[in-house]
Amino acid sequence: MYRYDEFDRTLVDERVEQFRRQVEARLSGDLDEDRFKPLRLMNGLYLQLHAYMLRVNVPYGCMSSVQLRRLAHIARTYDKGFGHFTTRQNIQYNWIKLEETPDILAELAAVEMNAMQSSGNCVRNITADHYAGCAQDEIQDPRVWCEILRQYSILNPEFSYLPRKFKLAVTGAPRDRAAVAVHDIGLRMHLNDAGEPGFEVIVGGGQGRTPVVGKTIREWIEPEHIVSYVEAILRIYNMYGRRDNMYKARIKILVNALGIDKYRELVEAEWNEIREGVLKIDPAEAERIDAYFQPPAYEHMENLHAELEALRSADDAFDAWMRSNVVAHKVAGYSIVNISLKAPGKIPGDLSAAKMDAVADLADEHSFGELRVSHRQNLVFTDVRQGDLHTLWQQLCELELATPNIGLASDIIACPGLDYCALANARSIPIAQDIGQYFSGSLKLQQVGDLTINVSGCMNACGHHHVGNIGILGVDKRGKEFFQLTLGGSSDEHASLGDRVGPGLPQAEVPAAIERIVDTYLELREADERFLDTYRRVGMDPFRAVVYDDDTTDKEAA
Amino acid sequence: MALVIDGKLVAADPFVRIAAGAAVPANGAVLVTLATWTAQADSLAQRSDPVGVLLGSEESPAALADAVDKLQLIALDFPTFRDGRAYSYARLLRERYGYTGELRAVGDVQLEQLHYMERTGFNAFEIDSDDPVRDLEIANRDFSTWYQPSGDRRQAATRLRSGVRPAQDPSQDPSQDPSQDQEA
Repeated sequence: MYRYDEFDRTLVDERVEQFRRQVEARLSGDLDEDRFKPLRLMNGLYLQLHAYMLRVNVPYGCMSSVQLRRLAHIARTYDKGFGHFTTRQNIQYNWIKLEETPDILAELAAVEMNAMQSSGNCVRNITADHYAGCAQDEIQDPRVWCEILRQYSILNPEFSYLPRKFKLAVTGAPRDRAAVAVHDIGLRMHLNDAGEPGFEVIVGGGQGRTPVVGKTIREWIEPEHIVSYVEAILRIYNMYGRRDNMYKARIKILVNALGIDKYRELVEAEWNEIREGVLKIDPAEAERIDAYFQPPAYEHMENLHAELEALRSADDAFDAWMRSNVVAHKVAGYSIVNISLKAPGKIPGDLSAAKMDAVADLADEHSFGELRVSHRQNLVFTDVRQGDLHTLWQQLCELELATPNIGLASDIIACPGLDYCALANARSIPIAQDIGQYFSGSLKLQQVGDLTINVSGCMNACGHHHVGNIGILGVDKRGKEFFQLTLGGSSDEHASLGDRVGPGLPQAEVPAAIERIVDTYLELREADERFLDTYRRVGMDPFRAVVYDDDTTDKEAA
Repeated sequence: MALVIDGKLVAADPFVRIAAGAAVPANGAVLVTLATWTAQADSLAQRSDPVGVLLGSEESPAALADAVDKLQLIALDFPTFRDGRAYSYARLLRERYGYTGELRAVGDVQLEQLHYMERTGFNAFEIDSDDPVRDLEIANRDFSTWYQPSGDRRQAATRLRSGVRPAQDPSQDPSQDPSQDQEA
């Protein structure tokens, strides 16, 4: 993974001291809250319902065991012993004190981590395929480009006061595991007709109040031009994006208002002015950074088919875990292991300090001391020897981190919701816990197969409900919490937004409604159709009928 | 409101601001609106005393692309500190249109924006502060390195790297080898 050099280290250290100065000015009253707010946000600090929340970047989801131990230490020392992994592949702490924040940032800087621009109207943490560098279907490891873009975006003087937040996602594989179509900019690597790798550039996607699947602004661009192309997109957005209404300020609104063709014309004209300038990526710099992402020292091994088959047939639980949590690796003899943070009844994405330490030890033992955070709020060991899989599974079982549900119905994305968040209308965590409990029997889970359920506690959509196969959105109606269901969302390479089923349901009725939706799917599915395929084939009607056929359903007043 | 130009406090602004639609005096340095400049560019360019243009955040710097040699001051407005359009305008004026005169930030300008402003090419500030020179010193002290090449022509880390340390393979250099530095 990338390591800081003297420039990176100096910049992060100086940023910590700058924020220390700003916090002191705030505490002394020299800086009022109105002016301090964007400064703290650009250092990852939100003011929530009960305390400050600090969001720490995990750049494109990659971290070392050393860093995870530091995150555990911060959870223990400055929080209540927990961290919460998020859909931006970051970690959040929910019980932070303002005056301690500079010290926390200094502790992070010492292990080459930071919280810069994890919030604010600026370029946020860049997310990527959590299997980058290891996926069988990958064209090229996207992390070198992510790191170049990370550096370009950090403290960018032109783009630190954009109309609104700005999120980039990058994938180097045709199978989109990074949800690139629902980002302000999505970069999807593919080969052009000449067989050369480059990026399709997708712009103006996003979730929130106005969900939009992004549009292709350029079919293919040489990787050496991505920084200048991103600058052209950002500059046009910075100059023309709306600033009169924060709910209309995202780039998707501008792209929709101008139309993609006009927006493309403006961006291409701007890009033509700068494409051969200083932002054209110097091959030497790309090589320097790429060297950090070279594969670890893999041993030459064969895949262990027979041995693993024997272990799997001897133990159903191990078999279920292998089937859902373990993914084929591009190198023979190795596997990718997903660590589920979605144990039944637990808060999605939460991990205690003790378990962080334990996972860090396991990463050292089994995965070259590195791990990933996925945008579905799980952890990943990307490089596990197949001969270690059974041992690792047993170790994860002891930690209650071996729930066999990756990509299945109980692998729920949920935002923190009204339990923590100042923006939320409803509590998303209890809903996720209830549904997780319902699917805790492994048999039902396996029977249903691929199904994403995403829960957001308000229309800002941090829980990605628009792109869940089943989306759940918490709304407030006259002081009561209701939950609106959507069906048919997807964030993969065939991204789509969910369709609303109808009026919201009270919390108590949501699990039963999900159960009826899932049972309807099981009745209607043909062969090995996924839920999404069945929905796309049969449409909303059969599902709507079972959600509302019960007269006792206490619907949200329309 | 204090005026700082090139790091030095200026007691009195030599430019008199001319309101939109008001007559431009024959003598003395004036700061006019873009509308005034556009309507009277030829006559204003003939003046022997300096002319500046105040560009609003809704106005395009491209309107001044052909005027950069005729103006002694361009002032860019920040209606609120959250409005970042003028950072782009500053870079375009400096880097694309080749403006070399005084580029002044006006409006809602305070300490915490100065670093960004200097880096995008501003060299003058109308700043709301009791001690603007100290503010500039603080803003300049915060950072000694940055990643992006931008309007101020100072070297960014991405360029310095290739100068300071010509392309090398991290695996050949123990100090750069990820596997050698687990505790960093």
